[in-house]
Amino acid sequence: MSAAVQAQAATRLLLSGNEAIARGVWEAGCKVAAAYPGTPSTEILENIAQYPDLYAEWSVNEKVSMEVAIGASMSGARSFCAMKHVGMNVASDAFMTLTLAGVVGGLVVAVADDVGLSSSQNEQDSRFWGRFAHVPVLEPADSQEAYEMVKQAFDLSEEFNTPVILRLTTRICHVKALVTVGERDDRAISGFKIDAKRWVLTPANAKVALPRQIAREDALRQAAEKSALNLIDPGSDRRVGFVTSGPAFMHVRDSFPDAPVLKLGFTYPLPVETIKAFRAQVDVLVVAEETEPLMENELKAAGLADIHGKDILPRLGELTPNVLLPVIAKLLGEAPPPPAAYAKIDPFPRPPTMCPACPHMGVYYTLSRLRKRVQISGDIGCYTLGAGHPWNALDTTISMGASMGIALGMDKARSEDTKDKAVVSVIGDSTFLHMGMQGLLNIVYNRGNVTTLLLDNRSTGMTGGQNHAGTGKGLHGEDAPRIDFAKLCEALGVKPERIKKVDPYKLPTLFKAIKDEIEVKEPSVIITDRPCVLSEFYDGFKPYAVVDKDCNGCSNCLNVGCPAITVSRTGIRQRPGMPDVELKFTTIDTAMCTGCHMCVDSCGPKAIVPLHALTEAAQ
Amino acid sequence: MSDNIITNILVCGIGGQGVMTAAEILAQTAIAKGCDVKKSEVAGMAQRGGVVTSHVRFGKKVWSPVITPGTADILVGFEVAEGSRWADMLRPGGIAMVNTIRLTPPVVSVGLFKYPDDPVAQMRAAGVTVYDFDAGAIARDLGDLRLINTIMLGAIADYLPFPAADLEEQIVGRFRARKPAMVEVNQKAFALGRDAARQSQQALAVNG
Ligand SMILES: Cc1ncc(C[n+]2csc(CCOP(=O)(O)OP(=O)(O)O)c2C)c(N)n1
Ligand code: SF4
Ligand code: SF4
Repeated sequence: MSAAVQAQAATRLLLSGNEAIARGVWEAGCKVAAAYPGTPSTEILENIAQYPDLYAEWSVNEKVSMEVAIGASMSGARSFCAMKHVGMNVASDAFMTLTLAGVVGGLVVAVADDVGLSSSQNEQDSRFWGRFAHVPVLEPADSQEAYEMVKQAFDLSEEFNTPVILRLTTRICHVKALVTVGERDDRAISGFKIDAKRWVLTPANAKVALPRQIAREDALRQAAEKSALNLIDPGSDRRVGFVTSGPAFMHVRDSFPDAPVLKLGFTYPLPVETIKAFRAQVDVLVVAEETEPLMENELKAAGLADIHGKDILPRLGELTPNVLLPVIAKLLGEAPPPPAAYAKIDPFPRPPTMCPACPHMGVYYTLSRLRKRVQISGDIGCYTLGAGHPWNALDTTISMGASMGIALGMDKARSEDTKDKAVVSVIGDSTFLHMGMQGLLNIVYNRGNVTTLLLDNRSTGMTGGQNHAGTGKGLHGEDAPRIDFAKLCEALGVKPERIKKVDPYKLPTLFKAIKDEIEVKEPSVIITDRPCVLSEFYDGFKPYAVVDKDCNGCSNCLNVGCPAITVSRTGIRQRPGMPDVELKFTTIDTAMCTGCHMCVDSCGPKAIVPLHALTEAAQ
Repeated sequence: MSDNIITNILVCGIGGQGVMTAAEILAQTAIAKGCDVKKSEVAGMAQRGGVVTSHVRFGKKVWSPVITPGTADILVGFEVAEGSRWADMLRPGGIAMVNTIRLTPPVVSVGLFKYPDDPVAQMRAAGVTVYDFDAGAIARDLGDLRLINTIMLGAIADYLPFPAADLEEQIVGRFRARKPAMVEVNQKAFALGRDAARQSQQALAVNG
């Protein structure tokens, strides 16, 4: 449990931004919080779940989490949802009309951008949503601010009858800093009041709301000009001044301790007049924002022509001191900072691996055996690692749930070369429930010829093993209704005889199932049913070992991709008239092996045996 | 702002080695000494056998949470090749404290990449001051591999801007509350880590 949950008011604690936000949400008297996991935002809801007196849930996707928050807000409860940047793309349909209707209970949407792209499929700047939806954007710069701003966001939301975006980045969510916490401000829920003119957004009603939205935006602009969240630190060296927000502020302050800085926390609507006044106080103005030139372009459009921004700073990634320092030195005509004292040493890469016994390995091992015959449309999760070594058995990843739509597009767009290839889509259970199942319905409806591999590992593995509607457990670990994937696929129109449940640890069975289904020219689904090894549902088995004298060095077991199997020695097989063959003899790290048995079937000479058989034989 | 002296410690290793715990203990020790602190958490998919680092920064007022390359005072390497990977983060005169354990990832084991013969020698060739020792061996002698964490913290205890006893108390305090039986062995591990670092430093001084 996070130390923040039990902390008394006025206690000072080292908290990540995500922990701090959770505390702020609770203190603000929020009554309903919903989210779908996604790095770097996941821990916000995991922490909220630990507080009493508020309802929290994992929703099946971000759009649903947004809708849950909207319903609660309409009912007069302070409500909250959190998501990673790409989650907002999914949630945006509901969001873009909610903004017209406004709120009753304060509604705060925390959106976490992956600036620097440590674990996402793209880097997008969520501040755009403020402009798009005409809603305020608050940007904290550290944990203390994140904690305070989420509370202020609820107030702002109610004061201006608007949802509020709390824009975060990885450096807020996943950095720990000191936070002084406060009291909870508990509030009663006023209850839903029927008001069709407001809540039923027919064209007529929306038309009435539109001018209100514009007036609200103007009022918000005035509020931003006066906001205490936008602060000038005059500094002593006025050669270069900075307008900045979020973690970029911290990097600017660190790099240029004496520079004048206008630190913006309330960044949309942009307080242009405040910035113009600040402009007059400095010789050169640099806008330091992560990542798009949003403030910069608006300032230029407002007539501040002679300012710098993305003309000198990178348009991607973080604006850390090592990025800022040389750029500003150059701007000032100063010598660049000295390079680091020591040369960079670049040993081998250490990419993330699947866990030993991960059930996904059996699927990719099998697909790699069928590689020449299949095109593989993939999705997002731990199973995206199937694109890499040793399997090379995943050909596309775009966005969550896209695998089946993309597979159908591939099926309908075949060339002479690909006309005989089978199209396979691979999708995880959480992803299938998130945005995937419509794609399957679409395959059925449009008579596609796609074999779907639904990897049911009873976990949202990639983001740390959260529960979902297919695990049978809720956010708090309590029992919950569990979707039956086979029945669901049948309900979506897949013929019952084309739905197969397979144990992915049984490689020969899995191979046969995939081979059979790709030969059938209609939609089919193969559901694998072994749990993620990090989940509570996984029970390990006894470890295996390689009998060294029986290992012929074929290294086939390495193609399973289990990190417990390593090469013990190498050799060369020479045969007259034949090219030399490199041999790799293997060994199994018994401390890592959980006895899933997958590699056993990959071994021709049957050199992989239960460890106890080996030790007994030795005695 | 020249009185705002910041200490930068970079802790690195691979998923599951306890890098985050070590960083947390350092951060809490600095807080107990009245410092402002920032500490970065794992970014991304690092858990599954990938590279893990944590930046710990403390002083009067810490702004940026990231250590600028070339400004780390101490690099704590829980694994030797990982220590070498981040050695360029050190400032001139900074020290690398490295556990000599070699953890080979699958891409190396299958022959796609080579594990360097001697990462410590590479670091020294680049001019880095490295103190290295086998923390795993010490932990094994003490009967618990989880002690590597305490041993590594003990090893850097004499290079911090506060007394070693403060760091030791931070570690031991955690066990006193939850697992009193572990207090003594952690004290031992801490002391042995300190000795090991001292010996490595002396050996380096003698060999020039
Ligand atoms: C719209 C969106 N929301 C959230 C994420 C973060 N995310 C990536 S994969 C994933 C779920 C993976 O779970 P599952 O499909 O069950 O596969 P597993 O990792 O268990 O193999 C999540 C939540 C994302 N990339 N995009
Ligand atoms: S966390 Fe689970 S799904 Fe992800 S690699 Fe490990 S076993 Fe596989
Ligand atoms: S049985 Fe084989 S594949 Fe399974 S965990 Fe052990 S070594 Fe890995």
